[in-house]
Amino acid sequence: MNIAKIKRRKRLSILFLGFIAISISGFLILSASRDSLIFFYSPTDLVNKQEIVGKIIRIGGLVREDSIKLKELSEIEFIVEDGENYILVSYTGMLPDLFREGQGVICEGKIDENSIFIANKILAKHDENYMPPEVAEALKKTGKWKGEGDKK
Amino acid sequence: MIIELGHFLLALALSLSIFQFLLPAVGVKFNSYSMMKSTSIIAYMSFILVLFSFASLVYAYITSDFSVSLVAKNSHSLKPLLYKISGVWGNHEGSLLLWVLILTFYSAAVAILGRRLPLKLLSLVLSCQGLIAAAFISFILFTSNPFVRIFFPNAEGEGFNPILQDFGLAIHPPFLYLGYVGLSVTFSFSIAALLVGKVDTIWVKWVRPWTLIAWVFLTIGIALGSWWAYRELGWGGWWFWDPVENASFMPWLAATALLHSSIVAEKRDTLKAWTILLAIIAFSFCLLGTFIVRSGVLVSVHAFASDPSRGLYILLLLVFFTGGGLALFAKRAPYLKSGSLFKPLSREGALVINNIIFASAAATVLLGTLYPIFIDAINNSKVSVGPPYFEAVFIPLMVPAILLCAFSPMLSWKRAIMDNIIERIIAVFICTLFLASLIIIIYGGSASAFLGLFLAFWLICGTLYEFLIKVGVKSSFKTFTQRALNLPRSAYGMSIAHIGVAVFIIGATVSSAWRIDIEKPIILGEKIIVKDIELTFKGIKKVEGPNWNADRGEFEIIKSSGAKYLLYPERRFYPASEVNTSEPAIMSGIFSDLYVVLGESLQEEDSYAFRIYYSPFISWIWFGIMLMAMGGILSLSDRKHRLGYGLKKV
Repeated sequence: MNIAKIKRRKRLSILFLGFIAISISGFLILSASRDSLIFFYSPTDLVNKQEIVGKIIRIGGLVREDSIKLKELSEIEFIVEDGENYILVSYTGMLPDLFREGQGVICEGKIDENSIFIANKILAKHDENYMPPEVAEALKKTGKWKGEGDKK
Repeated sequence: MIIELGHFLLALALSLSIFQFLLPAVGVKFNSYSMMKSTSIIAYMSFILVLFSFASLVYAYITSDFSVSLVAKNSHSLKPLLYKISGVWGNHEGSLLLWVLILTFYSAAVAILGRRLPLKLLSLVLSCQGLIAAAFISFILFTSNPFVRIFFPNAEGEGFNPILQDFGLAIHPPFLYLGYVGLSVTFSFSIAALLVGKVDTIWVKWVRPWTLIAWVFLTIGIALGSWWAYRELGWGGWWFWDPVENASFMPWLAATALLHSSIVAEKRDTLKAWTILLAIIAFSFCLLGTFIVRSGVLVSVHAFASDPSRGLYILLLLVFFTGGGLALFAKRAPYLKSGSLFKPLSREGALVINNIIFASAAATVLLGTLYPIFIDAINNSKVSVGPPYFEAVFIPLMVPAILLCAFSPMLSWKRAIMDNIIERIIAVFICTLFLASLIIIIYGGSASAFLGLFLAFWLICGTLYEFLIKVGVKSSFKTFTQRALNLPRSAYGMSIAHIGVAVFIIGATVSSAWRIDIEKPIILGEKIIVKDIELTFKGIKKVEGPNWNADRGEFEIIKSSGAKYLLYPERRFYPASEVNTSEPAIMSGIFSDLYVVLGESLQEEDSYAFRIYYSPFISWIWFGIMLMAMGGILSLSDRKHRLGYGLKKV
């Protein structure tokens, strides 16, 4: 075998291995993405959406003033609103440090048959001036957005 | 006055950087020795200018000069000194100035250490560094100026994100940036090599230590960030696959690949074009990371103030440097002479597979990180890609990499003989299977725990075996020690780094497989038993800190050995920014961590929400990462990796 042939062979085998690695990773991506993609909805998006009952989603908006109710043990209920619509959220567990009434919040969980959002994760941001971009956009859509100066 | 001086010096540094870009480029074009020669002096000068400019900002922070807008927004007169200083880079503007400071520092270092490099190559490297510096300094001056004054300063300052008030995080950005920006040097070297049209041994001898330096800093930087997340965020987790974390992880994956491919380039004079491509990609990942963090296009638990115009500017920089680098590569790479040949079964072959795996891993992390942007652009719906995706994709990719890692150091260069290898693999396999099964039988555990332990032991056994072969298993004690002492430091560096990976895997596996979570309200005086540890909730006290006040819980911990400890989880309130934070109390040990978080007071009297996590071996995660970094440092101290070693004056 001459050198050129060996060279070509070497390149081919490298390419081949690379191809295998990439196709395996492609396959892994496809099989993984079905349940690891979590969609975001605002309370308005949720109106008349029956098909998402029971699916893990994220919702976001503002925590309505005076809506936080402490139920038994560490279960709490509050209302997330975007100016037009709202949804009742129930959550058991410890709240993040920056969770407050009137603040933006993102909740991850499922909607149950009674249209209550059962959250298993609450994300509030680590900066009191910060508004999650999704929440800001949802508020802008409903005209509730008060602009940069009013965030605090 | 000092602030204005700092501003002026930075503007001066911009013009110098433009000079640093143009002068050597023109010098190379017209082959002017004096023009190329003077580039180094410009590099030193711009470093000194940026250093003083940075110092002026530090001074403003230390003296709490609240007439400077940045200081007023991010600092507070009551903050401890350390956090006043770290506040300089705890925000967008200051952190970019730190970026540029490190960039010019590296340029100056290349200029000093590179006196023996071929002048043309050195000039082109410095020219490229100058272009990067000019781009970033103008970014600072035009979109994110840290030296802006305000006319009505308030007396106290608006505080600073209290969750960032932590030692680990204070030193996290400098380390991360030392790593990020270190990759700019390998990028510039690659561009210079493509322009010169020649990749020789001198080039490789230079690129390898710079890659190592960047990799070591990046590794430490990521470890510090994850250590902070563990201690501060209060979830007991240490990695969240958050976009900002991925932003630092992708360059690390690329740098790891680069590290390994540069070995092949150095030892066997092949894979050179690929090494250059990787260097370009690694630096692009750094710019991409900067873009992700600074533009706020992705939601992240690490909230930074973000601004679309800044994002656009960085995106343009990213497109310019990546696109320019890749275009140059496409044009010039075919003309690079390819080197020696090798068989698939050889050290080179194994390292090529390592590279393919790491490149694929970086690509899949990239896909998961950017996916929400694509989806948003295509059908305007918001999604987030969670840890399940990354775990499902990343872990299976790493399994073959780890399997390979244990025995590829045993393979000989060029062509290895299958029979010798098989014997060794079987020995390592039996040993590993025995150890991993033993632990699973004693402690019980899932299949994934078994897999993790198997990989870790496989790597440890393989690495130790390889070491024994090197020094000679059957030799007498005297020759054994003699050979062990004669081994180059880089060989030890590699073994230690690989053992570090195994230690990390043990930490990650055991801490997730045998973790115990308790989340419940606890009444004063109540006793909780976790494993063999007894916790008693003793009480709550009010305490005052320098710029916060807190509820401090007291827990008495009694171990089965009878040893007593006290833990004080806190819920702090920072009046300056009206923020509550919880400070978990952690009892760290070699074999387990006990993690207690104090939540809000509940309606029932004397009852508080608590979270208690028992995580065995979790400290091994950071210990393993530190071993990896130490391996890198040891390798770097090897004689033959010293910068400029063995090069004659040209």
